[in-house]
Amino acid sequence: MATINVLILVCLAYVVFLFAVAFAADRMAAAGRGKWLRSPVIYTLSLSIYCTAWTFYGAVGNAARSGLEFVTIYLGPTLVMVGWWWGLRKLVRVGRSQRVTSIADLLSSRYGKSNTLAVCVTILAVLGGTPYIALQLQSITLSFSIFAEADPSGLYREGSSVFWVAAGLAVFAILFGTRNLDVNERHHGVVTAIAVEAVVKLFALIAVGVFVVWGIAGGIGPMMDRIDASEIGQWNVDAGRWTTFIFLSAAAFICLPRMFQVMVVENDDEGHLRTAAWAFPLYLLFMSLFVVPIAVVGLDLLPQGANPDLFVLTVPLSQGNDWLAMLSFIGGFSSATSMVIVSAMALSTMVSNHVVMPIWLNTQEGTGSVSGDVRNIVLMARRVSIAAIIALGFFYYRLSGGGAALASIGLIAFAGISQILPALVGGLFWRRATRTGALVGLTVGFVLWIYTLLLPGMGGAWMPESVLQNGLFGLGWLRPHALFGIEGIDPMVHTVMWSLSLNTLAFCVASLLSFPSPLERLQGAQFVNVFDHSVAPRGWSGSVAQSEDLMIMTQRILGTGPTQEFFQAEAQKQGGRSHLPEPTPGFLNRLERELSGSVGAAMAHAMIGQIVGGSSVSVEDLLAVADESAQLLEYSGQLEEKSSELSRTARQLREANAKLTQISEQKDSFLSQVSHELRTPMTSIRAFSEIMRDTDGLSRQEQTRYAAIIHDEALRLTRLLDDLLDLSVLENGQVSLNLSDDSLRSVLDRAVPSALAGADRKITVRRTRTAERIFLHTDLDRLGQVFINLISNAQKYCDADDPVLVISAHDVGGRVIVDFIDNGSGIPPGARSMVFEKFARVGGDKAGGAGLGLAICREIMQRLGGEITYLPGQGGAAFRISLPQAYQQAAQ
Amino acid sequence: MSRKVLLIEDEPNIAEAIRFLLSREGWQVETHGDGTDAVQVIQGARPDLVILDVMLPGKNGMDILRELRKMEELAGLPVLMLTARGQSRDREMAENAGVSRFMTKPFSNAEVLTAVRDLHAQATRL
Repeated sequence: MATINVLILVCLAYVVFLFAVAFAADRMAAAGRGKWLRSPVIYTLSLSIYCTAWTFYGAVGNAARSGLEFVTIYLGPTLVMVGWWWGLRKLVRVGRSQRVTSIADLLSSRYGKSNTLAVCVTILAVLGGTPYIALQLQSITLSFSIFAEADPSGLYREGSSVFWVAAGLAVFAILFGTRNLDVNERHHGVVTAIAVEAVVKLFALIAVGVFVVWGIAGGIGPMMDRIDASEIGQWNVDAGRWTTFIFLSAAAFICLPRMFQVMVVENDDEGHLRTAAWAFPLYLLFMSLFVVPIAVVGLDLLPQGANPDLFVLTVPLSQGNDWLAMLSFIGGFSSATSMVIVSAMALSTMVSNHVVMPIWLNTQEGTGSVSGDVRNIVLMARRVSIAAIIALGFFYYRLSGGGAALASIGLIAFAGISQILPALVGGLFWRRATRTGALVGLTVGFVLWIYTLLLPGMGGAWMPESVLQNGLFGLGWLRPHALFGIEGIDPMVHTVMWSLSLNTLAFCVASLLSFPSPLERLQGAQFVNVFDHSVAPRGWSGSVAQSEDLMIMTQRILGTGPTQEFFQAEAQKQGGRSHLPEPTPGFLNRLERELSGSVGAAMAHAMIGQIVGGSSVSVEDLLAVADESAQLLEYSGQLEEKSSELSRTARQLREANAKLTQISEQKDSFLSQVSHELRTPMTSIRAFSEIMRDTDGLSRQEQTRYAAIIHDEALRLTRLLDDLLDLSVLENGQVSLNLSDDSLRSVLDRAVPSALAGADRKITVRRTRTAERIFLHTDLDRLGQVFINLISNAQKYCDADDPVLVISAHDVGGRVIVDFIDNGSGIPPGARSMVFEKFARVGGDKAGGAGLGLAICREIMQRLGGEITYLPGQGGAAFRISLPQAYQQAAQ
Repeated sequence: MSRKVLLIEDEPNIAEAIRFLLSREGWQVETHGDGTDAVQVIQGARPDLVILDVMLPGKNGMDILRELRKMEELAGLPVLMLTARGQSRDREMAENAGVSRFMTKPFSNAEVLTAVRDLHAQATRL
């Protein structure tokens, strides 16, 4: 019989072997060798940490006690792997594209980077994980004790051995779990060691199974007979428990932090899932293949009362096969240690990232910038967390006394951790899922789990018997095992049913009632549509190429000169021979600072991340970039506004200038015309006055005639000046209207004679006096001036042999219209538009007018709120004036 | 030998004053008051001298002058231009068009007579 000392030796040797494996794997990975380290086989084997000591030993025990029910624990993951691999693929893709470090990080990231949520999940995971770790420690102690019983003289001491085992596991996890702080959080050493352990435990279990079937039972046939004879062989299925357990193990397979660690965080290639989808169920099949034979044979061979949980050890021992027993022990040891190591790593990541670091950063805030090497702090936090978590498991084990209470801990932990499921699955497939929903759902499920399963399972100290019997506060419907009065269900089924259904309900309702923040919305889209906008992330490429890329990018931003200066200085600082610096963190930080001066901090970070990280830009980066762009846009918008304002002003100035130029030209032309109009009569006056002065012997008749010419021209000058002044007054708007009342007829009665007075050519004026009985309220003198002008124009310019002017008036809706139409040849069409302009004279200047009359008429009519127009198609010259019957201020 | 002057001027009073002045100097004075057919009238009248107003109905004096200068037989005809628009720009335009003498209104009779005598003397000397 092997002594316990040999066992301890073997055990130590095995541990040393694991250390060596992990160390070698890490070395190879660091050196970039060992592609097989990232093979799908290793990945599949690493998934086997699902099979803990609880499965290794407990499955046989479970079979011995409850028959085939143990199968459910294997069926759950199998169903997930086979039936839901596409969901797992999504999980893995999301986890990798979002660079998540744990399941808490994943949920927090999905729900708008909520640290509250991460803390909740962390607490839940630690609460569920601690008893589970304790269970592993217990299994090791129990298995040791089996050998110790046989050899009491050995070195084995129960208490201290558990301590040393725990300490050893902690050292291992710290050594290989926190060696480096890779962004990808991949630990090749640990994963490889776990894969080795997976092979060991499978080999051990199969060896025991083979020994049982062929060594004890005598072949497959006799074995089948034995099974048929035993109770285990009876197909006794409790549908409720089976469904619940299958569901629970499936949920736990996805939600357990350690499963998430190996399945998502340590995943190197999404394609590995394809292999795992069939290989892992196969592994589980082999793990479960000999469970029933071992249980049946154990029950047959061993005395009543023997712990069926230890059949895997005790059956070979009872047959004197010590080496097989030792192998079996190593298998169980492997199951326990791999679980503890990975759990501790996964939990420590969560604790340090979501609890310790935020607190530490908060305390640092006041004391200045966090410029020091945060790396070391993170590593330290993680190491302390690992030690603390394993210590917690150890103390839990010591305090609970390793009693029977631990037996159901596996399932209790499963039920607890599966509370994450609704938020996780919802987050992956439902964009409307919100942080509030996740928090509320988790809390509801968590509380129900504690109240209906965890506390009652821990005994009377934690939950008084009265509560169990009569419900909380004596409320019957709050009995932990019969919520809402529904009794008679298995406690586990009861808890899972209520906690998960109410959790899901609360999650959905709270999600629908709350509004996601922009970050949540974006993350939701990123998660749910992860296959639409992410490529499977790839690893690092050559570092020099990256430096080149960085330099090209920097040149575009900073310009060639400054970029080369900066890069050369950096290369010199690094002491390298190359002109390109290595992309060390320090160099990248300085480059980022340099770039952020030009393109903003977020953009610089995203750009460098894009080149160096080889990973996609995170949503936070994008949001920050968007913020900066928005500010830039706003700024450029302001500039644009200013520039458009300027160009508007410039246009107005141009227009004003053009107007001024035009006015100035008009003024020049006007002055030139005025000059001409003045010089003409003055020429005559001067010429004739000189003639009269200088010429002797002018006849009397000549003298009279020349004096008359001088007189006429002087009058013409006077008229011209009068008109000019009149027009100037009218145009400047300085005219004051002298409003009075009279009929149109009287105005015309006065105008006609005064227009025709002194005219040498006679014109017949025809009026319809009855139609002229229109009452007027306006400046009658000014209106009369217009009439006189029009009548005298007709008198001067009508070229008919028998000139006739027809004046007709009518009244249309408060407006008076008076037409002046003569029977001459009229105004040629081309000249009609000019007649109202100043100095516009059509035809010869027979009448000696200055051409201001119609311009004055137009001005007057405008002052009176009316107008004067030329009426075409009337035969002769035809003018129409129209004005309001009663002058209104507003008419101006 | 009789000297003939053709006066193209639309202001009848001014035309009359010039006619009076030049008749007493022994000129045969013909007048025309419209720009439209002025060139034809000049061609027909074959004067020794033309006195041309600028602001004429139909066609202005500048254009008439330019047309005259293009005609071979009238290119050397002395032309005295009178205008009420006495800006320097007008003088330049007239000189470019080939005016013989440019005067602004109002003028003194003596100036006009002197100009006419000078122009005639030049023409006969040639």
